Amino acid sequence: MSTRLATGGRLLDKGRALEFTFNGKRLKGYEGDTLASALLANDQMMVGRSFKYHRPRGIVASGAEEPNALFNMGAGGKFEPNQRATTTELFDGLTCASQNHWPSLEFDIGAINNSLARFLPAGFYYKMFMHPRPLWKHVYEPFIRQSAGLGKAPRDRDEDTYEHFYAFFDVVVIGGGIAGLLAAREAGRAGAKVLLMEQTAHWGGRAPVDGGTVDGRPVDKVVEEIVSELNEMNNVTLRTRLMGAGVYDHGYLMGYERLTDHQPQAKGPRHRLWRIRAAQIVTATGAIERPLSFAGNDIPGVMLASAVRDYAVDYGVSIGDRTVVVTNNDDAYLTAITLKKLGLDVPAIIDARPQGAGALAEEAKALGIRIETGKGVAKVKGGRRVTGVAICMQAGEGAALEEIACDVVAMSGGWSPVVHLWSHCGGKLLWDNENAMFKPDVDKAPTGAAGEAFVVAAGAANGALKLADTVADAHAAGRKAAKSAGNTPMSGDAPKADSSLENPMQPIWLMPQGAKYELRAKAWLDYQNDVKVSDVQLAAREGFESVEHAKRYTTLGMATDQGKLSNINGLAILSDALDQPIPQTGTTTFRPPYTPISMGAIAGEARGPVFQPLRRTPMHDWHEANSAYWEPVGHWRRPYTFRKTPGEAIDAAVSREITQTRQSLGLLDASTLGKLVVKGPDAGKFLDMLYTNMMSTLKPGRCRYGLMCSENGFLMDDGVVARLDEDTFLCHTTTGGADSIHAHMEDWLQCEWWDWNVYVANLTEQYAQIGVVGPNARKTLEKLSDDDLSAEALPFMAWTDITLAGIKARAYRISFSGELSYEIAVDAGQGRALWDKLMEAGAEFGVTPYGTEALHVMRAEKGFIMIGDETDGTVIPQDLCMDWAISKKKDDYLGKRAQARSFMANTERWKLVGLETIDGSVLPDGAYAVTDGTNANGQRNTQGRVTSSYHSPTLGRGIAMGLVHNGPDRMGQVIDIPKVDGTVIKAKIVPPVFYDPEGKKQNV
Amino acid sequence: MSNTISALPGATYEGAVRVQEMGLCGMISLRGDHGDEKLISAIKDIMGTVMPGQREIVHQDERAAAWMSPDELLLLLPYADVRDALTRLETALAGTHFLAVNVSDARAVFRLHGGSAREVIAKLCPVDMSPGAFGPGQIRRTRMAQIPAAFWMPDEDSVHVVCFRSVAQYAFDLLKQSAHPQAGVGLYA
Repeated sequence: MSTRLATGGRLLDKGRALEFTFNGKRLKGYEGDTLASALLANDQMMVGRSFKYHRPRGIVASGAEEPNALFNMGAGGKFEPNQRATTTELFDGLTCASQNHWPSLEFDIGAINNSLARFLPAGFYYKMFMHPRPLWKHVYEPFIRQSAGLGKAPRDRDEDTYEHFYAFFDVVVIGGGIAGLLAAREAGRAGAKVLLMEQTAHWGGRAPVDGGTVDGRPVDKVVEEIVSELNEMNNVTLRTRLMGAGVYDHGYLMGYERLTDHQPQAKGPRHRLWRIRAAQIVTATGAIERPLSFAGNDIPGVMLASAVRDYAVDYGVSIGDRTVVVTNNDDAYLTAITLKKLGLDVPAIIDARPQGAGALAEEAKALGIRIETGKGVAKVKGGRRVTGVAICMQAGEGAALEEIACDVVAMSGGWSPVVHLWSHCGGKLLWDNENAMFKPDVDKAPTGAAGEAFVVAAGAANGALKLADTVADAHAAGRKAAKSAGNTPMSGDAPKADSSLENPMQPIWLMPQGAKYELRAKAWLDYQNDVKVSDVQLAAREGFESVEHAKRYTTLGMATDQGKLSNINGLAILSDALDQPIPQTGTTTFRPPYTPISMGAIAGEARGPVFQPLRRTPMHDWHEANSAYWEPVGHWRRPYTFRKTPGEAIDAAVSREITQTRQSLGLLDASTLGKLVVKGPDAGKFLDMLYTNMMSTLKPGRCRYGLMCSENGFLMDDGVVARLDEDTFLCHTTTGGADSIHAHMEDWLQCEWWDWNVYVANLTEQYAQIGVVGPNARKTLEKLSDDDLSAEALPFMAWTDITLAGIKARAYRISFSGELSYEIAVDAGQGRALWDKLMEAGAEFGVTPYGTEALHVMRAEKGFIMIGDETDGTVIPQDLCMDWAISKKKDDYLGKRAQARSFMANTERWKLVGLETIDGSVLPDGAYAVTDGTNANGQRNTQGRVTSSYHSPTLGRGIAMGLVHNGPDRMGQVIDIPKVDGTVIKAKIVPPVFYDPEGKKQNV
Repeated sequence: MSNTISALPGATYEGAVRVQEMGLCGMISLRGDHGDEKLISAIKDIMGTVMPGQREIVHQDERAAAWMSPDELLLLLPYADVRDALTRLETALAGTHFLAVNVSDARAVFRLHGGSAREVIAKLCPVDMSPGAFGPGQIRRTRMAQIPAAFWMPDEDSVHVVCFRSVAQYAFDLLKQSAHPQAGVGLYA
């Protein structure tokens, strides 16, 4: 059993006991524990069930590479699945539950898959569930989703907050181990602005556990000294619990800071996403130990040798009383020696190498540890916990020589540099034969805009595994980064370190090398996704030869740990099956983030009220207080209608607003309309190019409606242009066009007509604009103004400056409703005041505020087009029968040439007409009109479509506009418009202007 | 004038810094040739400042001139003085190609005051806010979370942020959230 030792645990504060709950059991740990070390201290070795076969799984590792120990953590608004126990710091009151089992961790019905494992090889799902097709959606998929999967999805809204932070440094060092510390020190001494980030809460990485000396001093003391030296440097920032998550183009680096995961009751954001620009990045990310592939290597109690050592030294936890060490390298001897010195039993070191280890072997022997060289593990005995190992000749097929009773197997298959961050942005890798590992190819680093390298790998992450090499390499890396960032490194030699690692490792990809199928089918590569040696071999046999194909076929490396343990072992097996060298097989792609980061951190501040900007007009609060039924219009909120009484139906409110406006007086908040001022000696010429009609002939004081097309001839915006003076125009755009048309104007002025003297300013938000609409509009304004507002003084399509209720205003006499109508613009700060005055003055006329839907219906009754309804990016003004708005006198305008192309000039295009249903009903918006026959695809031929459709309270019937083939020539014809329910509505083609075709009402 | 209101009158928040909507602020957007002698002397006469260089803001008493682009300035002055300043600009620049418009009401202005003002901004804007990189005398036009914004530092402990009026509430909410008293980063403060 695993338990807490009486002594040791360098990271623990044994004065502070903590209580936590696992699967409802109350357990105890100490301040400084990880959840994993605390569980092990309580003999909770088994932590979950595997993904596919539901085999019992225990903790394997001690860091970010852990594949098995994933938990549902917390409850309610603090619940989060798939939290890794080895990187979760213990806190008082922590609650967690194991995942992927039913009904319980100890008894799991899904474990029946394990006995069926023979019938569930790689690709099983692909092969099995292809036929019959309908069964997939209704039977197979729901069943698989129920039986597979890891943590539960959260049910409640996340209670925590998150934020981003933008930071800029000369040199960012990722990893606070001995290599990162040394690199940061060199960069700091050179005067660079440095950030050193470490994903855990502690400095030093593996060095304090693995030991050794630097310049004759114990490495753990050296770590402390460097940290305090760095703390003294003003140009160096040190942050723990900050992980380098991803490296991107141009020195962009994503850092993931976990602020309150270890103290969830603390106030403030839980995670912070650092968005960093770095001139140079040093990846001092260390190395990860590889498992060995032998039968039963997934049974709880089989762990990485380094992890067994970490738990003993860092947390004072013994994984078991009797530990068998299995290795292909010197490093694992350290585990045996550490355990023996702690008074624990190490029955044997099984070393696959015939020659065994160097000095460490001598030390182990001196401690009385039995060493078996040239041997391997045939299989591990046990079910929910290791009970022993059968050992065999590594060179053989697995015939057991003897069985050794033990409760822990500490395995080491060598080390893989953490090359993830080096690789994210294109850094290439080299195969290192001596250590059987991929390491950064220093000549092919990620490069910046000028082709210069911007990432430097340091220490173990650069393949320098021995302490002496690590120290020298990191020292050089820090200097190189500082120099590349434009600083001058100080002179001085690298510290000298010693290392007890002597004999080379020997690549062992399968143990024993001739293992039979029964053994290979129990030799796990990917613990989390349940991929075994036999699965990868099957994939190779079935033709999945590319490493990326084999990965997807077997799901090797596709779990949440992204193959941190399994990657190299898997592709070694694949290479062997394909009979090619490992470098030829290559690796799969390393993609950010390094370990999963929270969705909350990615969203940052963007949630709740600030999920998206919400644009408010100056009258927004009045609308809110007067029962506005809101409609989103881009980021704006505009009233769709106003409910006069709480229960009023929406369509009834719309009808009421229209009727009241047509009969007396309505007010519209039109502030969202785009208002662009265009000024300069060439302004007229410029607008003549932008609009299809002639604007340069417009007289100051007058307004003109205009159309704007893209270069391809398609109608993109419309609005009324007012000429303010000889040099100055004010262009109204649609609400949605305010920003895009401004950008369109700047684009042409800056890129094409840069020598034209024109300036544009977007004044959309400077003005509140109110439509005063209806037969009583003039009377209402006259109550508030002494200015002459008569039809003679201010005729239709003119504007003038007036004073209204003491407020300076500009009145445009324009109409989008067909009624007598003024649009009044005032400084935004006075918009609300004017609105109140107009409501007050209009009270005697029964004034009604109206919303966007009434506006839409009234314009449709008048046959006015709406950008986005009658246009969809494929419609030209000629389709809308708006030839009257296209100047024949101008040499050119944007879109003119395009509109002359054969398809555009084709007389067979669909054109705008009105549609009147025979039965008076309302046509579905967007519905198609059909005609005889079918097209090449067997679909019914169409001859038109509905672009706008409403119930008109004015006419008491449904009205619509549509684009119909040869429409204007077919007045009076009846066409068929099917509905989705299969019925057909008959509609008569009529002129599009349903209301006041002569335009008498707006011109009074 | 008495019925003129700013975007979020009186909005304040006390957190890691004090966030305050600054009420009515006069602003003129002026486009023209920065090298033009007439423009340079008009700025000198009306604003009392020299022409700001790239990404600079020049203060004089209650007024300031800020560089917005190679052919655009933002003039800051008391709200009540805008009409007069516009008239004087029209006179001084008569005959040259320029555009001067009142944008006071199109904007909202916030003041952040406190030791961690730099950090509050650095959570929202992709700008290097470290003291060596940004400080009084400079202006940035940038993005604040999802909206356009510009800011400058009238002194070492203050930042003035200007954004569009319609998104004043969003901007205020953002700044409040970033100025949460327990959300200090500890990098610049």
